[in-house]
Amino acid sequence: MTSHPPLPGALNEPAASRAIVAVGPPGAGPDDGRRSDVDEWGRSERVRSVARALYEPVYSRWFRAEWSGLERIPRTGGALLVANHAGGIPSDAPVIMHGIETELGRPVYGMADYFFRTLPVVGTLWSRAGGVPANPDNAYRLLRQQHQLALVFPEGTKGPSKSFTDRYRLRRFGRGGFVEIAMRAGVPVVPIAVVGSEEAMPVLTRIPALSRLLRLPYLPVTANMVLMGPLGVVVPFPAKFRLAVLEPVHFDVPPDQERYSRSRVMDESERIRGLLQDQVLEMLADRRSVWFG
Amino acid sequence: MGRRVLVTGADSFWGGRTVQAFEADPDTEVVLGLGRRSPSVPFERAEFVRADQTYSILSRIVRATQVDTIIHTSMVVDSTLIRDRAMHETNVIGTLNLLAAAGAPGSPVRHVVVKSSSLVYGSSARDPNVFTEDTPRAAPPATAVERSLVEAESLVRDFALDNPGTLVSVLRCANVLGPGLDTPISRNLARPLFPVVFGYDPLVAFVSEDDVIAAFAHVVRGQLPGVFNVAGRGRLTVSEVVAIAGARALPLSPLQTSWAAAPLVRLGLIDFPPELASLLRYGRGMDTSRLRRTGFEYRDSSAGALHDLVRSIRLRRHAGLRAPAYTYEHDVEQFFRHSPAVAPRPGD
Repeated sequence: MTSHPPLPGALNEPAASRAIVAVGPPGAGPDDGRRSDVDEWGRSERVRSVARALYEPVYSRWFRAEWSGLERIPRTGGALLVANHAGGIPSDAPVIMHGIETELGRPVYGMADYFFRTLPVVGTLWSRAGGVPANPDNAYRLLRQQHQLALVFPEGTKGPSKSFTDRYRLRRFGRGGFVEIAMRAGVPVVPIAVVGSEEAMPVLTRIPALSRLLRLPYLPVTANMVLMGPLGVVVPFPAKFRLAVLEPVHFDVPPDQERYSRSRVMDESERIRGLLQDQVLEMLADRRSVWFG
Repeated sequence: MGRRVLVTGADSFWGGRTVQAFEADPDTEVVLGLGRRSPSVPFERAEFVRADQTYSILSRIVRATQVDTIIHTSMVVDSTLIRDRAMHETNVIGTLNLLAAAGAPGSPVRHVVVKSSSLVYGSSARDPNVFTEDTPRAAPPATAVERSLVEAESLVRDFALDNPGTLVSVLRCANVLGPGLDTPISRNLARPLFPVVFGYDPLVAFVSEDDVIAAFAHVVRGQLPGVFNVAGRGRLTVSEVVAIAGARALPLSPLQTSWAAAPLVRLGLIDFPPELASLLRYGRGMDTSRLRRTGFEYRDSSAGALHDLVRSIRLRRHAGLRAPAYTYEHDVEQFFRHSPAVAPRPGD
């Protein structure tokens, strides 16, 4: 194997007998011949901007969302946004994504259960609007290789499915997977405490038998459904949303390690959960009214 | 001394193209094509052996010809062409026999290149956005073609472990498109209606046939062992694919999709094998950085490969052009290669 210049040319030459059509010159730009702006995550800025325009009145009139500490969200580079999750069909995800995108002009990829992906129509819209299946590989790629903002809810479905009587009591933070991903990706965790989500769609009870039958992660009966019927599935109550961004948590560990100390991961996860829980309780102590904040 | 190359599946599209590519390579001394049927493309200097992939024949051929490189292209990835039983025979047993022949004591084989498919990753809701070569499948294989490819690849892995002195390369190709290649996707694209699953619009990757052949040559020339994803840059949504092809989407019910498709498949209106059904629901993405890092450059992106195919479909539709039919004549080919009456060309 010493000299082999002719091979590439010879291999790429489409001989007349092989190809019916002579192959044209290779495409020029990175997006040559694309007909849509859907990125590799299924997100479309066009759909996203329509979604933002439609959601703006919900965000600023209905929920009257108010942020504090927004400047703590990094302007550049990857960061893992972590928030408490609540309220039947939770409004916290769209509020956080909309808020950060409009206020900071940075896209946010909202990570959620892969269950969304299995739903026809809903799954496609969810993906176009910035939803990404919560998979460690996906989070790593977004944070480490593409330096994006990813939003996760470590409580998973345990947060929004809990009863109204347990409101603002943060559930277990999974197995601390979000900490491990942030460590591996070498990005900070930015905790965001949300108040208002519980009252927007209070969960009265759940119907486990029916959710199993329909293969849903959970099936809540919300106060909205009781008052508004089917409309209650999509219409939240106009609770006042307050969001507080906490100080970013940096982990002093090298990225891209094969494994991280389990106890360290659990410690950090518990600590971040504690920070969020304290902040939520603090905000509730200051809150005069559910509807007016 | 030049390379001595054995290409399996030389009667198929891939084998034929591979043989032609290595015929054009001056570093390759001998090209040997192996196939069950006659080759469908003309060979310049390659010797064609009509044989099936039984162990006894393969080991005799390997020993007799002293080939040092085997390009294994005969694995079937289109389940519309072949029954499940025959697919197992071709993909699993064929590979088993080939590897056994290549790994026999005193074997001259130094490099085995296997054309596999991204079907080994499957398509499911739990999939990561992109698969690297080391990402395991998210769900167990559900279709016959996926099962056979996964099993064949495990045989290849065992072979690599048992024969540390032999380089083993596996190329996992995305859905290949090209003017010369006939696949369920290309057949659907050539028809006015392209089947989609209602409510799903996943991202799919393509690679052009030329890039796949170039990738074979690249790993052989660079003697690059390992598993490599082969896919064009970027991905397209299925609706975008349909739009580029100028076809119309035919939405199938998201529930009982294969039942809904069955009568249309019977009528010959669409092709809808099970592996396409899952692809049209969840798509698939692959990280191709490993092959790129070795210096490989793709000619075509996913969109570029699709545009090339669409142009050739249009030309065929408007001008009625067909590939020139070629019939392999064994005696004629033998005459050109071995008769003393054939004068050596200058430079040979």
